[in-house]
Amino acid sequence: MSAVSSKRDQVWRNIAVATPYLWLLVFFLAPFAIILKISLADPVIAQPPFTPTFDDQGRIAASVDSFRFLLTDKLYAITYVRSVVMAAAATILCLALGFPMAYGIARSSASVRSLLLLLIVLPFWISFLLRVYAWMGLMNNYGVINNFLMWLGVIDSPIQIMYTDFAVFVGLAYSYLPFMILPLYATLERMDISLVEAAQDLGASRTRAFWDVTWPLAKPGVIAGCLLVFIPAMGEYVIPYLLGGPESLLIGRVLFDEFFVNRDWPLASAVAIVLLILLVVPIVLLQRYQARDQENTA
Amino acid sequence: MNRQSRFVISVLSFGYAFLYVPLILVIVYSFNDSRIATIWGGFSTRWYGELLRNDQILDAALLSLTIAATSATGATILGTMAGLVLARFGRFKGRTLFAGMISSPMVMPEVITGLSLLLLFVTLQQLTGWPAQRGFSTITIAHTTFSMAYVAVIVQSRLVAMDESLEEAAMDLGGRPLRVVFDITLPLIAPAMVAGWLLSFTLSLDDLVIASFVSGPGSTTLPMYIFSKVKLGVSPDINALATIIIVTVSIGVAIAWLVGRHVNKPR
Repeated sequence: MSAVSSKRDQVWRNIAVATPYLWLLVFFLAPFAIILKISLADPVIAQPPFTPTFDDQGRIAASVDSFRFLLTDKLYAITYVRSVVMAAAATILCLALGFPMAYGIARSSASVRSLLLLLIVLPFWISFLLRVYAWMGLMNNYGVINNFLMWLGVIDSPIQIMYTDFAVFVGLAYSYLPFMILPLYATLERMDISLVEAAQDLGASRTRAFWDVTWPLAKPGVIAGCLLVFIPAMGEYVIPYLLGGPESLLIGRVLFDEFFVNRDWPLASAVAIVLLILLVVPIVLLQRYQARDQENTA
Repeated sequence: MNRQSRFVISVLSFGYAFLYVPLILVIVYSFNDSRIATIWGGFSTRWYGELLRNDQILDAALLSLTIAATSATGATILGTMAGLVLARFGRFKGRTLFAGMISSPMVMPEVITGLSLLLLFVTLQQLTGWPAQRGFSTITIAHTTFSMAYVAVIVQSRLVAMDESLEEAAMDLGGRPLRVVFDITLPLIAPAMVAGWLLSFTLSLDDLVIASFVSGPGSTTLPMYIFSKVKLGVSPDINALATIIIVTVSIGVAIAWLVGRHVNKPR
């Protein structure tokens, strides 16, 4: 190969690296530096509504007032805790429902299996917003669930389901269930069923075989599924807005409202930074799992 | 085949009912004549007619489709490059940061992505004057950024699963690396690129939160329009719109599934 052409190839190689690299630096990484910068400003009534980083004399004018406010106002601490609890509860429901489902799909015959999988993936392609919306007609005071319960005679007057924490909980579990099932299915499908049969042949009960053989082998899928549900559920905005009541605040909605309703950009940025810090550990865990998974399948 | 325990079968049935009953009910109620969406007032298709006469919905749908097609194309180009770099270029300086930036947008909560991009656009405008107005271009950039991560992962896993020997053979026969990429590698990963484009298109059409942050006055995407309506409660024309989307998507996915099954059938 001549030196000229290999030099030209090197140029193309560099372009292939540099183009996506620069794009991500500008539109993904740089924005985080800007969030950090603005979280250290003070809100003012101006356009844009925060104080500049450098004052007239060119000195750095950073203020931690937004963070101090976050830490002292109980509302924020309560909302962060509520978000963690709510996301964790939805994750547990997804796991309780998703594990037997993934197990059943992995153990069904090949022709049925691909149809069952298709029905798990299909909701991904249908609008998230419309799937949440579908629950509004169900959980309304005069919605399908209440009408059905009254028709059965279980209740005399409608019970309040919409605009409660319960509605948010169901909405989260419903929306993120496929995220739980897919990684679980992937590990369960790869699992060697003869191991379970061997344990049972050696006298282990079904329950014992499950906890001693199936569960440990399925653990990577369980961890990935739980993280894939928990992380987005923590920052969820649409579900608490549409299905939750005024007091079922989650942190994603607080961030949104702080920004758009109160126009306090520094505080919204500070809320985002604290949320990000809370999510660093789960996000790193998930990335490590996915990197390992990619090596295993290779 | 294996016997399924009664427990597993009942959870499976419950799970699928949980996933699909709400969607089926939306479809049923879209044919409800009554304006009060939860009381049955007889069969009617009038909400579909009203949908077609609603210019706001049509404008929003057109804007959303244009943004989705543009950003999916951008994401496929950038994501394919990134996937190629990650799978075939070996180690280079800054690879760890690159891999991290590829996988992070997929798990980042939408409110954080949206806020950070808006603050970037505001800062850029202060410094350079661009973007003078937020709307089509800013939403497209935002969607390209998070979609390219999905494309990169799909392309990368396809390349990792693929044998390098074809590319190596072409090189041994004197093919220049760039020619090899265009003549051998790209045709082989074309299915992954198509899958990535379709996924990006759907993700873009689906996005409400990020678009709400980076949009400006006069640029209302379809999800933004739907959200502004359903905030106020259940509405019959949104049922009709949801039905159109659910049915279109289901038919598309079913066709793709049947074609895929036909292609993958062992011969």
